[in-house]
Amino acid sequence: MSQAHFEQVGKANPGWTPPHVPVVAFDLYSDEVMSNPYPYYEQVREAGPLVWMEKYGTYGVGNYSSVVRVLTDHDSFCSSAGVGLTNFHTETPWRKPSIILEVDPPDHSRTRKVFSRILSPRSLNKLRDRFEMEAQKMVARLVARGDCDGVKDLAEAYPLKVFADAVGLPADGREHLLPYGDMVFNAFGPQNDRFKECLARLGPSIAWITEVCQRQNLNENSFGAELYAAADAGEITHEEAGMLVRTMLSAGLDTTIFTLGNALFCFSRYPEQWAIVRDNPAIARQAIEEVLRFDSTFHSFYRTTTRPVTIEGVEVDKGQKILVLIASANRDTRHWEGADTFDVHRRPAANMAFGTGIHGCAGQMIARLEAEIVLKALAAQVERIEPLGEPELHFNNTVRGYSSLPLRFVPKDKGE
Amino acid sequence: MPTIVFVEPDGQRKAVEVEAGANVMRTAVGHGIAGIVAECGGAAMCATCHVYVEEAGSELLAPVGEVEHEMLESAAAERRENSRLSCQINVPSEIGTLVVQVPEKQY
Repeated sequence: MSQAHFEQVGKANPGWTPPHVPVVAFDLYSDEVMSNPYPYYEQVREAGPLVWMEKYGTYGVGNYSSVVRVLTDHDSFCSSAGVGLTNFHTETPWRKPSIILEVDPPDHSRTRKVFSRILSPRSLNKLRDRFEMEAQKMVARLVARGDCDGVKDLAEAYPLKVFADAVGLPADGREHLLPYGDMVFNAFGPQNDRFKECLARLGPSIAWITEVCQRQNLNENSFGAELYAAADAGEITHEEAGMLVRTMLSAGLDTTIFTLGNALFCFSRYPEQWAIVRDNPAIARQAIEEVLRFDSTFHSFYRTTTRPVTIEGVEVDKGQKILVLIASANRDTRHWEGADTFDVHRRPAANMAFGTGIHGCAGQMIARLEAEIVLKALAAQVERIEPLGEPELHFNNTVRGYSSLPLRFVPKDKGE
Repeated sequence: MPTIVFVEPDGQRKAVEVEAGANVMRTAVGHGIAGIVAECGGAAMCATCHVYVEEAGSELLAPVGEVEHEMLESAAAERRENSRLSCQINVPSEIGTLVVQVPEKQY
């Protein structure tokens, strides 16, 4: 990729500002904003339902209602121009576009249908027992040990075991999965230093991923095997089956890892909220939903207008990128009472953490399953989750989470 | 304005006036219809906003999509001919009243 290519992204018409649209000047992707993005999101929402993000030359929406509007009108706001800042219609993407994420209907329905079946609640039920056993074992080991890194030892270890098993991957080499996911999510943002450093670190991971997506390298009775079976049945091609395995791997790990880490962070910082879950594990699923609302894993992505469209009274041209700030929608005080309070008693129905509409996260039910099971395993064994030191944020252009969380799991029987 | 009537499992009826184009699941969540869980928030991934649509006016609705068809297989309550995911139904302007029954269970 050339230097010129890096620089042209998002700057098709530098200096131009649309009339009648409030301008937002901060750099969404700077370390400063990413360290605590919520006050900046409030700025976006207060500026108006549709804003102009000056730094990268795109429109943006941060209110709950405008986010829902954009995500549910896929005819006007498409994904095939890429769901990142790069416009695939005018620029070259860093990899071959995803055949489920970065496509529109009717092509999208064909691949989505297969994903929906494989990742539906009905088929996930078969995994529950195995997932529970692994979570109980892993939590028991950490409780016995006392001090741990909540990210490395649980948030990463658990999905790397159960999710990668479910996809059908070999046990060796799974460490390649994390840099690859990091790259995919960085690539939805600008091609900044973070992106370039991540790409440089990627090294052999791409080759490893390509290799394990091949049919002969995937275990039987796995999502991977089911994707190839769908190809045998003629629903998709065999090449597409391999690409969809790749999609599962890029979309399904880092995200769940960060969600688990964010949950551990929240429950170590808000012990009274942990006490509620510990004493009533039936609330675990709703509590995870509140973690996702309060500290969303996925923060933002883009849509592109397919035609001139009026948004909140403003005429927007065809071919314009629109930043969709889902993490901001989840903190919109116009929609959520006490939006900035972490409250597991809340029912955060229809929060935007997984997006919504036809491109709403296809893996969200397995993400919820993993997180609920881990939380219940912790509730069964852990009295308190104590922070032991400063958490370390992981900086990524699109997803938010921690790279390190020093914690102590205080066991129930030894608790006060 | 069209009206959506939610018939809860205990027979209680709740009528909600909506704008044309309103989404049935979002309307239910916004009006506290407990039997519509809608865990995935409208992505047709969870099958917890399952409803039975009464016949009157149902011919005006967009038909069951491919993804919705797959997902209805995951519905906790029995799938019937008039089963729909309410997140996939937007109320057309021509409809006067749309009656949807909320099933006994969603998961």
